[in-house]
Amino acid sequence: MIGLTHYLAVAAILFTIGVFGIFVNRKNIIVILMSIELILLAVNINLVAFSAYLHDVTGQIFALFVLTVAAAEAAVGLAVLVTFFRNRGDIAVDDASVMKG
Amino acid sequence: MALQAIAFYLLAAVTVIGALAVVSARNPVHSVLFLITAFFSAAGLFVLLGAEFLAMLLIVVYVGAVAVLFLFVVMMLDVDFAGLRQGFAQYLPIGGFVAFVLTVEMVFVASAVAAQGAAAKNLAPDASVGAATNTQAIGQVLYTDYVYFFQAAGLVLLVAMVGAIVLTLRHKSGVKRQNISAQVARNPKTGMHMVQIKPGAVVEKELSQ
Repeated sequence: MIGLTHYLAVAAILFTIGVFGIFVNRKNIIVILMSIELILLAVNINLVAFSAYLHDVTGQIFALFVLTVAAAEAAVGLAVLVTFFRNRGDIAVDDASVMKG
Repeated sequence: MALQAIAFYLLAAVTVIGALAVVSARNPVHSVLFLITAFFSAAGLFVLLGAEFLAMLLIVVYVGAVAVLFLFVVMMLDVDFAGLRQGFAQYLPIGGFVAFVLTVEMVFVASAVAAQGAAAKNLAPDASVGAATNTQAIGQVLYTDYVYFFQAAGLVLLVAMVGAIVLTLRHKSGVKRQNISAQVARNPKTGMHMVQIKPGAVVEKELSQ
């Protein structure tokens, strides 16, 4: 029988693939954004798995809100990316130090 | 039950392989397509858990909106993606090491939680929680206990939409646009200009604002 551990393991592997993607694609901000989406998907799998195995619907509600925030984040992130590309003609983020923070 | 296990392992494998392909594909367009694959199989996992509503939401929101947005941006921007892959091999060993350690730790924590935590009762998965359907169960809670959070989520989406428009909208100079207030405010005094013409002289164009 497929238990809670199986789903948690899949979510853990997805999460680490997302972190790994941020590590190895440090220049390509598009892939970084996709890695963040993968991380949020792993979080959602965790929430839904716990919700199903604990018989508590709250986890699914929370997953819904995570989904909302992920969509908003992707929209704003890509808008920033487009503006960045217009200003610099490139999207290499490792030398994005215009603001000298 | 065996069929369910086969479905789980198949969907989990496709999700993980799709995610790996997202971060390692050379072409970002392929990355987006693999992302869609991963989201589809994750939606399948949700269906296996009984959370049909979230599975459909995942497909509509991620595949229908977010992935298409990514695809638009990847295809519209004229970027040298080969140059962006520099450092991939350089960061591969340390990234792989960190990912491996993180995976092992998280799987240990997951098995500990499943064995001893609140989930140790070993109930069968039931995402509908006694209600007739999963969607009904979500609706009953979402529109009562979490109604303010629901509205806040709507506000977040509104702010994100306005922010995205503000960030990307630009007015090009040199493009002629209709100025409605100028049109409406126009009257015979401002719209007509009397010119004294001397015989034989060239009338210069002085009406253009």
